[in-house]
Amino acid sequence: MKTTQILIAGFGGQGILFSGKFLAYKGLMEDLQVSWLPSYGPEMRGGTANCNVILSETPVGSPIITAPDVLIAMNLPSLQKYVNTVVPGGQIYVDSSLIDAKVERRDVQVFYIPATQMAKDENIASLANMIIIGHLLQNHPELSYSGTDAVVNKLVPPKKAALIELNMKALTLGKEYPV
Amino acid sequence: MAERVLMKGNEAIAEAAIRAGCRHYFGYPITPQTEIAAYMAKKMPKIGGVFLQAESEIASINMVYGAAAAGMRVMTSSSSPGISLKAEGLSYIAGSDVPAFVVNVQRGGPGLGGIQPSQSDYFQATKGGGHGDYKMIVLAPASVQEMASLTIKGFNLADKYRMTAMILADGTIGQMMEPISFEDAEIEAYEKPWALTGTNCERKHNIVNSLYLQPDELEKKNFERYERYKIVEETEAMWEEYMMEDAELCVVAFGIASRVAKNAVAAARAEGIKVGLIRPITLWPFPTKALNAAADKVKGFISVELSMGQMIEDVRLATQCKRPVTLCNRCGGMIPSPDEVLESIRKAQKGEF
Repeated sequence: MKTTQILIAGFGGQGILFSGKFLAYKGLMEDLQVSWLPSYGPEMRGGTANCNVILSETPVGSPIITAPDVLIAMNLPSLQKYVNTVVPGGQIYVDSSLIDAKVERRDVQVFYIPATQMAKDENIASLANMIIIGHLLQNHPELSYSGTDAVVNKLVPPKKAALIELNMKALTLGKEYPV
Repeated sequence: MAERVLMKGNEAIAEAAIRAGCRHYFGYPITPQTEIAAYMAKKMPKIGGVFLQAESEIASINMVYGAAAAGMRVMTSSSSPGISLKAEGLSYIAGSDVPAFVVNVQRGGPGLGGIQPSQSDYFQATKGGGHGDYKMIVLAPASVQEMASLTIKGFNLADKYRMTAMILADGTIGQMMEPISFEDAEIEAYEKPWALTGTNCERKHNIVNSLYLQPDELEKKNFERYERYKIVEETEAMWEEYMMEDAELCVVAFGIASRVAKNAVAAARAEGIKVGLIRPITLWPFPTKALNAAADKVKGFISVELSMGQMIEDVRLATQCKRPVTLCNRCGGMIPSPDEVLESIRKAQKGEF
């Protein structure tokens, strides 16, 4: 009866909702029950965005996450806001090129990935989100890497087909980033 | 099995409406339901349908009235403040006995309120909203799949009983994505001999109207209408029971609140508390029989709502006050956490209502 609750938070424009959609579609492909809930309220209009994704072997109850198993923090305010909501034993992914702070908790696994810088270096500046997702996938065998190209194909609109390859590149960069 | 796709709740309503034969959409944008209008704007022109953004909510509901009078499957959608504006039209539609389909993806109120999810239009939806004696069939989806299935059901019921069917959803269910498949769409077709379709000089002309200046005539119309409502009450109530078999406490919740409540019920069961959930799927007709039956075996009820306590009145009426009913609520766009509901269950277990 495994359920994984993933909270992704950052600025608008960082692809927060897109990376959540990627995880939701990947879960759907793996025959998991999934829910995806975006922020749409005043916080979004102020420039921040977050997204709740639940992947479960059993039907999803509440789609609202209050205690995430996984937090992806793409900016400092998001890390500060949610760091203490992560369940003990959970995972926190930090974009360390945008966030100087370290997580002080000792009861969670923390992954520091300079995703924004890596994306800049590779000329895929808008895809830091997918670098982090690429890194996350290796810790989540229930999602795995197989079939990621099909998911990316599904999510990228035909008009922007060039982005398919770039998304795949970002996923690989994240996968290969040393733990 | 039909392919499962991810869709937002709002989009699921729009797609299901099209599949139910709706070819006329009239609306005015408002968060958090705008995806319905956006979907219709994109799809309707491609299938020979009409998408029209009216100059106001009042105009759009009157366009619905007109198309419904012509026998069309027609809909509008809005969110709380917009539904208040449509209330006059809803009363006219009821007074004229034409079928319509209306969606309210609720946000916090009163007034302009906020844009976050809420269930505080329960009274407005189930007790009137507009003036006069009338009812609407009120459907409360708790998942994206139900946003679709209850939309199709709503169009069928509206035609069957010549009344308005309303989807009473909230911002969360409207905005969230879940897997959905459309395999179960059962579309019922009803004759509409009353519709204004042109006589071809072959029959007496039909009149659609809500004006009856002779009081005895108006009373007769209302009596007839309530005979129909009685049939709806007896035959169309829908609800879900969860872990009620051996329950000693009963949580009552609909829509998004029921999803949170389910988590809390499961957590309470893990603590050994015998609690179950009754989820009304139709808010009118209210599942009175199910709740009254539960009142004979549980020691109390907890009404979980995103309002200051509106459905709780129907829970008390349905159970004839045989057992205590307590409220667990948040409002204004806030949603109770499963822990808050769990705490209410624990208190009720100790007899604190």
